[in-house]
Amino acid sequence: MQKFFRRNFAGYAFLSPWLVGFFLLAIGPILASLYLSFTKYNVVRPPQWLGLDHYVYMFQYDQRFWKALQVTFQFVVISVPLKLIFALGVAMALDKGIRAIGWYRALFYLPSILGGSIAVAILWRQLFNYDGVINSILRLFGAEGPYWLADPKYSLWTLIVLAIWQFGSPMLIFLAGLRAIPQELYEAAEIDAAGPVKKFFAITVPLLAPVIFFNLVLQMIEAFKSFSGAFIISGGSGAPLDSLLFFTVYLYNEAFSFLRMGYASALAWVLLLIIALFTAIAFWTSKYWVHYENERG
Amino acid sequence: MSASTMPAQTTADIAHAYRQERAKRAKRSAVLKHIFLILTSLVMIYPLIWMFAASLKPDNQIFGDLGLWPSEFQWENYSEGWNALPVSFTTFFWNSTVVTVLSVVGNVISCSFAAYAFARLEFSGKTIWFALMMTTLMIPYHVVLIPQYILFLNLGWVDSYLPLIVPKFLAGEAFFIFLMIQFFRQLPRELDEAAMIDGCSPFKIYWAIIMPLSLPAMATAAIFSFIWTWEDFLGPLVYLNDMKDYTVPLALRSFISTDGVSQYGPMFAMSILSILPILLFFIIFQRLIIRGIAMSGLK
Repeated sequence: MQKFFRRNFAGYAFLSPWLVGFFLLAIGPILASLYLSFTKYNVVRPPQWLGLDHYVYMFQYDQRFWKALQVTFQFVVISVPLKLIFALGVAMALDKGIRAIGWYRALFYLPSILGGSIAVAILWRQLFNYDGVINSILRLFGAEGPYWLADPKYSLWTLIVLAIWQFGSPMLIFLAGLRAIPQELYEAAEIDAAGPVKKFFAITVPLLAPVIFFNLVLQMIEAFKSFSGAFIISGGSGAPLDSLLFFTVYLYNEAFSFLRMGYASALAWVLLLIIALFTAIAFWTSKYWVHYENERG
Repeated sequence: MSASTMPAQTTADIAHAYRQERAKRAKRSAVLKHIFLILTSLVMIYPLIWMFAASLKPDNQIFGDLGLWPSEFQWENYSEGWNALPVSFTTFFWNSTVVTVLSVVGNVISCSFAAYAFARLEFSGKTIWFALMMTTLMIPYHVVLIPQYILFLNLGWVDSYLPLIVPKFLAGEAFFIFLMIQFFRQLPRELDEAAMIDGCSPFKIYWAIIMPLSLPAMATAAIFSFIWTWEDFLGPLVYLNDMKDYTVPLALRSFISTDGVSQYGPMFAMSILSILPILLFFIIFQRLIIRGIAMSGLK
């Protein structure tokens, strides 16, 4: 007994802050929000049991829930691939010891560092204003830009552009991945007269697949979670016509503007399941398209 | 070019011609690459420079003006912005600094504790805890937000900085734990073993051996912690209601809520000041930041 205690003491002592945090701030709240999702709760009065009512209402009657899902999926499905394509393109241009690589890398990464800030969200609102910079640029080319922020057809694009602008971190991860591809493969392919397109699809893509996969999962989770940009640009409500009603924005408003904590908890659980599902799909399907170098024997 | 037009057909000549051709092509493609990269960097950086220019422009010159040179330099934008809200930005910057510094300290201490346990100590149940820790990487803050809010409300912590700071002392950022584990594992185990034979306690080993050798990892975690806390919006939005408690991002948001009055110059001036600390950190610690991302895949 004493021996058992002595062997484990140090480990658990060092782990204790994390353990407290894990139970009080992670697993506890997750279970609590599951419970709350079955109740009506407005903070003032104790929770009232409702059973599955919230979920039934959500899936059958709540138009805004479906709208929020649609907006969020649209954002994820468009912004993540574009961001990754852009990141990979720039990483490939930066690869192989180009001059001044440090400068480029820093410049390209800077928007990722600043992109989450409220300052940038405010800036974006001005850039995409009808009288703003983007439309002035379009006018230089003789095109008349739309009301980006007021027209529900275009408003989501402001956030997609904002997301792509922050391609820095997948780019850095791609860059590290490209470095790991042996140069001899490209040289051998060149001797076989393979063009750049052939080389890209026959060497770069398969060997980079684990990194692409990693970036894909990470960026998808990030995109599902994104909040401040949509909140600031839509003025906190998801306007115009709920076209910027990100799932997180809807959840925040239900919880903290209308104090529907129970319903918001149900939304939170749906978000958790969606993210878990997407991560799981990415992992399951990865074995069909990701080949790790050391598995080939 | 067909082989017959080439003089002297030795294999060495052919190899030489091939290499020359390759070098020429590499040079051409390098020029194209630089053009592409320079154009891209200009597009990337333009909005930020535009914001800086706008912070110095008179209000009527801001909208839709592509130029980066103010017709007259309105440095007053900065002093006006500083006092544009009912509470001055001195308070907001002080509040942000308090929250950020304490969060960074909390994150580095608590996450390095957990990472040390996972990377260097043996105890039962380690694999399960590790797996659970990694799953928390995925959990969106929005899912735990409501119960955490109710908890802090019952503790009477709402409208104070405790909900923003205390979680940082409880190793809530699994990213940092993961980053530090990766780093600790690279340190030779013989160091711990030798110290153990000399009678060092695990805490002594952590403090005298692991920490001093892991300064780059600690610095990386501290820098990211600083940037994320400084920029954090949702936490302060939920927990701080009184303007005198606002952090800088919340204060900036008040600028756009109180529209009607056109204060674009002052608003951009404060926006620029709000990102200045991050910009400085980025310039100073660029290498550590970039290596940190490549190492751990942080955002």
